[in-house]
Amino acid sequence: MSLAVINVAYLVAALLFIWGLKELAHPRTARRGNWIAALGMLIAIVFTLLDQQVLSYSAIFVALVIGSAIGAVLAMRIRMTAMPQMVALLNGFGGGASVLVAGAALIEAVGIAERPVTLQLTIATAASGLIGAVTFWGSLVAFAKLQEIISGQPILLPARHAINAVLAVVTLALSVGVVAQPENMWLYWLVVAVASVLGVLTVIPIGGADMPVVISLLNSYSGLAGCATGFVLNNNMLIIAGSLVGASGIILTQIMCKAMNRSLPNVLFGGVGVVAAGSATDEIYAGRIKAATAEEIAMLLESARRVLIVPGYGMAVSQAQHAVRDLVRLLESRGTEVAFAIHPVAGRMPGHMNVLLAEADIPYEKMLTMEEANPLFEQTDVAIVIGANDVVNPIARDQASGPIAGMPILDVDKARTVVVVKRSLSPGFAGIPNPLFAADNTLMYFADGKKAILDLINALKDL
Amino acid sequence: MLSHAGNKRCIDKERRPVMGDFVDILTIFVLAILVGFEVISKVPPTLHTPLMSGSNAISGITIVGAILSLGMQHTTLTAVLGFVAVVFAMINVVGGFLVTDRMLGMFKRKE
Repeated sequence: MSLAVINVAYLVAALLFIWGLKELAHPRTARRGNWIAALGMLIAIVFTLLDQQVLSYSAIFVALVIGSAIGAVLAMRIRMTAMPQMVALLNGFGGGASVLVAGAALIEAVGIAERPVTLQLTIATAASGLIGAVTFWGSLVAFAKLQEIISGQPILLPARHAINAVLAVVTLALSVGVVAQPENMWLYWLVVAVASVLGVLTVIPIGGADMPVVISLLNSYSGLAGCATGFVLNNNMLIIAGSLVGASGIILTQIMCKAMNRSLPNVLFGGVGVVAAGSATDEIYAGRIKAATAEEIAMLLESARRVLIVPGYGMAVSQAQHAVRDLVRLLESRGTEVAFAIHPVAGRMPGHMNVLLAEADIPYEKMLTMEEANPLFEQTDVAIVIGANDVVNPIARDQASGPIAGMPILDVDKARTVVVVKRSLSPGFAGIPNPLFAADNTLMYFADGKKAILDLINALKDL
Repeated sequence: MLSHAGNKRCIDKERRPVMGDFVDILTIFVLAILVGFEVISKVPPTLHTPLMSGSNAISGITIVGAILSLGMQHTTLTAVLGFVAVVFAMINVVGGFLVTDRMLGMFKRKE
């Protein structure tokens, strides 16, 4: 197959990627968009196989089959609550592939006379190795944390900033070595090795609720690693595809940081201030907590005209989404208007709550963003908070300092009555008490999320 | 067509999949980033998880380089690197597109 034809096919593939992502602008067209992008990928793979540089096919087909089988099993088996882990894993494989492809390309360039070892090639190779290795290992750590193979809590090494700074400098120095002496392959593998350690160490101090930022950032890295590999291979399509993914990750990272009112360096390097809550907690909660039973809340809901439900990570943990759906249907059959108010950082990755609710057959029109939901709370009879804490903490809005000061929150406290479904008064990820729990219009409903909702449904039916 | 100019650089130009000067390729990179920002910023928050898994699948495009290295079999090492890279990238591609489809299939409108 002539190269011109292959290049045209690559152009078509790149256009299909862009078109596919464009169709993601609406849930109605998104599924089609995904297949359009997949078609682009198919075209890219088929035409690459027709390249005359490809001498043997058997190994390629074996690898394609193995990868497809693993990918298909993962995609079909994974539970929706485990989607953050899945995305973390996929990010990692993307980064890993970039490391290997760039490594192979460097060996070939040095060994094959007709391939010029240009500055572009060597710099891009070093970049692929560096970004790819950080992505691969960082993603594996994120995966292990989300899967709870290792603790989801921040693991803070002493002098970690100094260690990371030294590692970063060493990686950069080794990268310069790769550029200066591309024929010394061990320099490249050293870059990869040190960057791997850096990847592990930068993600390990980051705790649960900051995961949405980390996953978005690693998503962006996996794209940028692909981009760098595009520069290594001088392949425009790789660069375009990598840039799209890179841009997507950057946008999501920005959205997540903004939704926490924290800068990216603060999330990555700040760690979370462990606040000694003790006496302050007592002052806020003492004598002001009103616990309610399922029956009391059912009576409240019976007369409510509008209910807003605020889901958080706790809903995912207790797998309560299907029970919540049943509650919504029951309320709607009684003429109550119900919708969901979703904070951008609710859950462990961007859009996590929406996927869980979609799984439970909640139509997407009912999933409101923070901007859409906040004006509605004042006209809401009952706001039900399930497994969310920091994102509904009025301290963020009302106090000028503290770990979550200035973070945009869902104004649930403005609803006529707030019901908080929670196992205990334990603080959220930020480690601070939540005055919402002690507010005059708040009822605490102490129970596991799923059981609480099931009891509530039964109580409503019994009324 | 520069292929028969007899000069090594030009032969190489013809041999490689896509060749351009660094500035050309940099131009494409910058324009693609801009297109990416434009397109992605229109994706609603409700679809951010499928966006991540779908874009992940797209980042599996490094499979193109992996296939060439594996198919060319320059040395055993490059073939092995290519093999593992094809597996990794294919997990990304197949896993990414399928799981995205699974998720998007669940997003329904009100009846």
